[in-house]
Amino acid sequence: MNGQYRIVTQTILGVGKSTLFLLRVLAGLPSVLARPFLVVYQIYMVGVLSLIIISISGLFVGMVLALQGYTSLARFGAEETLGVIVALSLMRELGPVVTGLLFAGRAGSSLAAEIGLMRATEQLSAMEMMAVDPIKRVIGPRFIAGVISMPLLSAIFTTLGVLGGYLIGVELLGLIPVRIGRKYSMPRPSKMTFSTASSKA
Amino acid sequence: MNQDDTLVSIRGLSFKRGGRVIFDGVDLDIRRGSVTAIMGPSGTGKTTLLRLLGGQIRPQAGSVKVDNQEIPTLRINELYQVRRRMGMLFQSGALLSDLNVFDNIAFPLRENTQLPESLIRTLVLMKLELVGLRGAHQLMPWELSGGMARRVALARAIALDPMMIMYDEPFVGLDPIAMGIIVKLVRHLNDALGLTSVIVTHDVKEVVTIADYCYLISDGKIMGKGSPKELMQSGSAWVHQFMEGKDDGPVPFHYPAKDYAHDLMEAP
Repeated sequence: MNGQYRIVTQTILGVGKSTLFLLRVLAGLPSVLARPFLVVYQIYMVGVLSLIIISISGLFVGMVLALQGYTSLARFGAEETLGVIVALSLMRELGPVVTGLLFAGRAGSSLAAEIGLMRATEQLSAMEMMAVDPIKRVIGPRFIAGVISMPLLSAIFTTLGVLGGYLIGVELLGLIPVRIGRKYSMPRPSKMTFSTASSKA
Repeated sequence: MNQDDTLVSIRGLSFKRGGRVIFDGVDLDIRRGSVTAIMGPSGTGKTTLLRLLGGQIRPQAGSVKVDNQEIPTLRINELYQVRRRMGMLFQSGALLSDLNVFDNIAFPLRENTQLPESLIRTLVLMKLELVGLRGAHQLMPWELSGGMARRVALARAIALDPMMIMYDEPFVGLDPIAMGIIVKLVRHLNDALGLTSVIVTHDVKEVVTIADYCYLISDGKIMGKGSPKELMQSGSAWVHQFMEGKDDGPVPFHYPAKDYAHDLMEAP
């Protein structure tokens, strides 16, 4: 393993290690579910505590979308499609993606710091010696908490975004609210949950 | 020494890390019920030896037998079974920082047994009483002094009533009183609970007062072994230097360098 191929082998090694880690986490999940209290606590830590930043960003993203969209649409006299544009873009793309990024930033970094500290102070090592698998006790609950909170946060983000769009469109710009009849495809929240997993590794 | 008398038996142990040889053909025996000290200069892999005993890392060659089980070949579940009967005291204490003293000691019991909460409470208080900290069971780890944290960690290490307890540098960074308490506790717990203790340390003075048998390790080899008294009178110059803490001897004071006068005169 020398010379110019080192970077390639190291990268492949890294990908393999991460995959193995993910598989080990998944294999440990059944025993995590036996201790729901830990999961609930972690949902509070990663989910509930991320609510503020998610809500505020959602609201403002919706408001900005509506405001900027309106100026462009008004030029073509298509103001009535503003609601559809805001709702669609939030639901299909912006909601899950931005929530995922924010979630990885807010919850992911705090998780990484927490677990890093536990490693540095030998707490993980001590758990292993007490015959407790840190992957089941420490990583598992946080992983499930991330998987559960991410779609919910994404839904909250989208809802508040649409609300922000409504505030701008109807209250500020005086458009007439109409019921949107079409059914939209569900958001794809699974896209970003992976980032939480990788930040834990 | 017959087979049943030996709890730990290491034969031909070799371990390398990143091209550096940590152990090179180490043989080591630990008798049941004894306090065995493993001493050596910093960085000779004393802590690594404990990790090998606990199965956290695997050696490249050689056998590590604990209670007649070959540790490196065990599967993870079997390893956990063995670890339930091992206690380990980490240098930093390694208390779980989000749990208080009581929950820290209850942790191995809650995770590994199905005991009712009332019994766990009794057990935890008994262990805390042994280390003299029953009154501190509501404190958080960051409210403890270094000596107290180590005693709590000790109580946690014996929570599952292990057959063997491993101490990683138990005397480092303590004031004389706290040190005296730990020294006394190690010996007392060993005899009262019928444990086998393995102490990894470089504090010669403290450990010779309680150890039954000592191993000196340096550069991946056993440099000396025997009871503290035998080692003190050892003919080996290296053992003599280590036990007495002399600044010069087989381990030189100076890092290898070129000639001093020549070095000073040399133009930059």
